[in-house]
Amino acid sequence: MQNILSLQTKESEKVKKKKNVQGKIMFLYIVPFLILSFAFSYFPLHGWAYAFFDYRPPLKLSQCDFVGMQWFKMLFSNKTQVSQLLKVMINTFAMSGLTLATSFLPVIFAIFLSEIKCKWFKNFVQTFTTVPNFISWVMVYSVAYSLFTNTGMVNTILMNLGVISTPLKFLDGDSHTWLSMLVWYTWKGLGWGSIMYLAAIAGVDQELYDAAKVDGANRFKLMRYITLPALMPTFFVLLMLAVANFLNNGLDQYYVFQNSFNKAHIQVLDLYVYNIGMTGKSPSLATAIGMLKSIVSVTLLFIVNHVSKRVRGETII
Amino acid sequence: MKQMVKAKRMKLNSSDVIFNILNYGFFMIFTLICIYPFYYLLINTISSNQLSANGVINLIPKEIHIQNYINVIKIRGLGTALMISIARTLLGTTFTVLASSFLGFMFTQQKMWGRKFWYRFIVVTMYFNAGLIPMFLTMKNLHLTNTFWVYIIPAVVQPFNIILVKTYVESIPSSLQEAAEIDGAGIITVFLRIILPTCKPILATIAIFSAVNQWNNFYDTLIYITDQKLYSLQYLLYCYINQANSLKALINNATGGGGAADMMALATQQTPTSIRMTVTVIVVIPILCIYPIFQRYFVKGIMIGSVKG
Repeated sequence: MQNILSLQTKESEKVKKKKNVQGKIMFLYIVPFLILSFAFSYFPLHGWAYAFFDYRPPLKLSQCDFVGMQWFKMLFSNKTQVSQLLKVMINTFAMSGLTLATSFLPVIFAIFLSEIKCKWFKNFVQTFTTVPNFISWVMVYSVAYSLFTNTGMVNTILMNLGVISTPLKFLDGDSHTWLSMLVWYTWKGLGWGSIMYLAAIAGVDQELYDAAKVDGANRFKLMRYITLPALMPTFFVLLMLAVANFLNNGLDQYYVFQNSFNKAHIQVLDLYVYNIGMTGKSPSLATAIGMLKSIVSVTLLFIVNHVSKRVRGETII
Repeated sequence: MKQMVKAKRMKLNSSDVIFNILNYGFFMIFTLICIYPFYYLLINTISSNQLSANGVINLIPKEIHIQNYINVIKIRGLGTALMISIARTLLGTTFTVLASSFLGFMFTQQKMWGRKFWYRFIVVTMYFNAGLIPMFLTMKNLHLTNTFWVYIIPAVVQPFNIILVKTYVESIPSSLQEAAEIDGAGIITVFLRIILPTCKPILATIAIFSAVNQWNNFYDTLIYITDQKLYSLQYLLYCYINQANSLKALINNATGGGGAADMMALATQQTPTSIRMTVTVIVVIPILCIYPIFQRYFVKGIMIGSVKG
């Protein structure tokens, strides 16, 4: 009896050992990918050191002066720097604020689209309104350029109709820059943004609607009291993520649309970091700003995650 | 009484009709706004350049020809850029699909040494970012700037894709793998013979998203590439839009070997606008073609993604 027992434990130890070896081998398989992940996500963090030096591009870091917190102090004390950064921050807040304020549009879009009973029309709308999402910002700019330059379609038509005598400066002017950025953003993203909500609406129990109809609820009451609440969890998560990304407007859209006319109102933080960093003026300052931005973003993410935990009992990350 | 009910229904219907007209009308208009610009570009590239320049081609193409496309393909820089874009899309997609599926599968294996830790090690990278300049310096130190591989290698390990695959593999009954292992299959065989075929739907989703990203990306060319031979199509188009003069230079360069006559022929037929539009159409068309076919995968992908936001 004891013999059998010890034999069993021996056997199970053997199996365990074998499993251990197997586990190590499996780990070896994924090592190359871990190295890649390290190289392109963790290793770049060493670049934050450049924020504490006066880095001049052709030189090596060891040949540059260590300046400590000088760049960070400059951000908050140097007058021209402060006013410049303030402008950039206003743009960033304006763009992110406008995006947040219009984040309910996809919800409305989905609710009203789901009211359309004609199936092929619904599919048609869904297919073609999501197409712009898959076009890069360069393409969007190219489209904008063809339609809205001085000699573009819109100006030509308006001039031929005699509505205007001089071409409107849609792209090379600085009036309504924020608004036009928001419009392009909405044009590109609205259809796509609604897809998730449409799927959520499809998942709502049909009996709820039937029951409410029996109780005399009209179309808008159904929307307000059944559909909308069903979409709220998804909306909340996306809203929270948008808040966490408040400082990350992305570079692409603003980069392609920027020109010397609208620079004052289009330069968001990401674009500003690119402009001062890559055009060679002061990579160290750009690194310092980027570093602050990353830290703020991660902090925001944790806050938002905490809020989500409190409100919904579920974390986002 | 009966009449009253009837009247009520009529009334309801009429408000329904108004609602429907408004609703259908709105979506009709918005859909048109979404697709008309592409249609506009298309009809202008196949119409007479003269008429197009006068702005009379708005609804139907006139004097149809395909000379624009023939001429644009002749510009040498453009052919290279097209090849670069195609190559990065194919290679980048293949690598990230293979890597994501392999890692996603491996991270479901309880036996793996330090499984949870390494999984988190990769997933956490979604949430922080070193920033533009450090990224650039890293690429430079790794000797990736101005090489083709800067398009491919950094995009191989994508945490989000790995999460998608892992979630999917976890939904596959583990008895499938166990049965294969009893038959003597090693972990790699299990991956190639069982996991890859069963994961097809999710891999298709990843492939589409990554292909669209690779095709559309112009950020990495902007930051890491200065060598014109490595420009992607997107970036080249951006250059075309912003610098009409350099576009002329490019046409000259492209046909420089062919002699002056060739150059003149190109210059007289093509306007910067026509080239711009033609290139835009060429860049957009692959996406418009694959999009309707793969739409359901997009939707599926975003739904699975939303489960584990």
